Amino acid sequence: MAEMILREAVAKGLREALEDDRVFIMGEDIGAYGGAYAVTRGFLDEFGPERVMDTPISESVIVGAGVGSALAGLKPIVELMTINFSLVAIDQIVNHAAKLRYMSDGQFTVPLVIRTVTGGGGQLAATHSQSFENWYASVPGLKVVVPATPYDALGLFRTAMKDGNPILFAEHSLLYGMRGDVPDDWYEIPFGKADIKRSGDDVTIVAYSRMTHIALQAAAMLEERGRQAEVIDLRTLRPWDKDTVLQSVRKTNRVVVVEETWRTGGFSGEVASTIQEEAFDDLDGPVARVGGVDVPAPYNGMLEAATIPTAERVLQALNDSYGI
Amino acid sequence: MESTLNKQQLAEFYRQMLLIRRFEEACGRLYMQGKIRGFLHLYIGEEAIAVGTMAALRPDDYVIGHYRDHGHAIAKGMDTKIAMAELCGKATGSSGGKGGSMHLFDSKKHFMGGHAIVAGQMPIAAGLALASKYRKEDRITVCFFGDGAVNQGEFHETLNLASVWKLPVLFLLENNLYGMGTHVDRSRAGGRHIYEAAAAYDIPGVQINGMDVLGMNECVSETVKSMRKDGGPRFIEAMCYRYRGHSMADPTMYRERDEAEELGIKDPIESLKNFMLQFEIVDDGELAEINAKVEAEISDAVQFAEDSPTPDLDAMYRNVYA
Repeated sequence: MAEMILREAVAKGLREALEDDRVFIMGEDIGAYGGAYAVTRGFLDEFGPERVMDTPISESVIVGAGVGSALAGLKPIVELMTINFSLVAIDQIVNHAAKLRYMSDGQFTVPLVIRTVTGGGGQLAATHSQSFENWYASVPGLKVVVPATPYDALGLFRTAMKDGNPILFAEHSLLYGMRGDVPDDWYEIPFGKADIKRSGDDVTIVAYSRMTHIALQAAAMLEERGRQAEVIDLRTLRPWDKDTVLQSVRKTNRVVVVEETWRTGGFSGEVASTIQEEAFDDLDGPVARVGGVDVPAPYNGMLEAATIPTAERVLQALNDSYGI
Repeated sequence: MESTLNKQQLAEFYRQMLLIRRFEEACGRLYMQGKIRGFLHLYIGEEAIAVGTMAALRPDDYVIGHYRDHGHAIAKGMDTKIAMAELCGKATGSSGGKGGSMHLFDSKKHFMGGHAIVAGQMPIAAGLALASKYRKEDRITVCFFGDGAVNQGEFHETLNLASVWKLPVLFLLENNLYGMGTHVDRSRAGGRHIYEAAAAYDIPGVQINGMDVLGMNECVSETVKSMRKDGGPRFIEAMCYRYRGHSMADPTMYRERDEAEELGIKDPIESLKNFMLQFEIVDDGELAEINAKVEAEISDAVQFAEDSPTPDLDAMYRNVYA
């Protein structure tokens, strides 16, 4: 067992992946610069410029070149510096990567891993602080991975490299320094299998990515009040593990879904409606949702912090729905 | 017209161009009968580009293009039966009826699609070529696109990357003067000399008559030869004319009826036929034989498509994921 930060866990996954000759990585400033978030620092020296390619700032052709080389039988990993910039490449992601297997009826597959950085909280203002995992999760043909811990990041990345489909792998910028245990022995984490980060019988908190840690904070505060929360980290949004969520809700009868993106159109709406369709009679009150405030992210630190869900807001939402 | 090609090669060019022409005419009829639905973009008038180009390639070279893709697919070797069945949405089609006219694929022939977002195929072409370079193979990628694509960001991103990374992409612009219904003079700075844009990316570019199959073939052959040596990209602008509307839904209200005549457009198939007859390379009997063979193949393709079953409902769920 080794302790490492999430950045190191992803780098470990990349190094392992590069043992396969068909794998190469490309993206903006991942080589000589070492990566905007330093994940690939040292990779250029270690693997050389043919396997670690610095690209122009041209997100669409970065992803498209990944799609094309995947069609030709390679296993590219492309890095988009942040998920905000993925919008410039969304044509390649949604119209091409996600569709080519289906439209060719299996003649072609696109084994492409798109790593990107998501989330706010860094005072980078409205164009650099967004979370669009939920958008991509609505697209058949894509898979969406949203790890919250170093252990999960490595285990899910290994699965991503074996999966054979186009995958959006979204790492939260504020989690790169997060510490956690990672086993020395090989393990993988399947997609569509949520993780119960904390067990409890009184209330269920569903979250993903950084919000998992907000959920754990809320659970600690609830414990002080004598209530045990079950914290479920979805880990992947497409596919997502509704069975684990429903099972927990049937036990606790109370649930709040927490995510960082805007509440309107958020993934929490999908989770909430599924709970209401399939476990309506088990609920003691309406499914509670906590999401980002419906405004563009402001620059000012105090204002920005007020837009992002906190443990206090999670407790407030539970109080509103269930009076606890 | 002149040529160093032998009789078989010339006759084969004629046969392939005619096959595409007759295929497209049959598509038009099936569309009017409601047997082909959705968008249908015919390649009539542009046959020389696909045929002249493919004949200059190796079977393992990649070809990727846009939604006016029937000609590219057939010239790259796709079975006309399978193509026609796809257009009719049948289970026997190249994509089991899930792709349609704009999305033909043939992995065995390295025909990498039919892509329907304007310029969307261009970044993918860079990736195909990147794979060849990565594996140190000398196979090249031909990327077809139209004059409408050159105003998209993906065009510029791809030319730049292909040049900076020295990727073996042959950018093959089919300039038929219209992006849907908008003339290049109204949409593109330097609309009738688009190949000059390649110079901005340090890519050698030429403009040629895309309605002369012999000239097309010679130009692409020379270009491909030099690409296999140095591995870098090239740009060919093939000037052509789309005889029909943008799609079957287009009554072409935006252009004059006699525009083709004013431009001095010469039909690529007629031109080759006249050339072969004039120099007594083939006689009328041989031409009639080719015509009959082509008619029979198209009629078989239509029959096959019409007789084929529609997909079962479960096909809807297949191949979303690997």
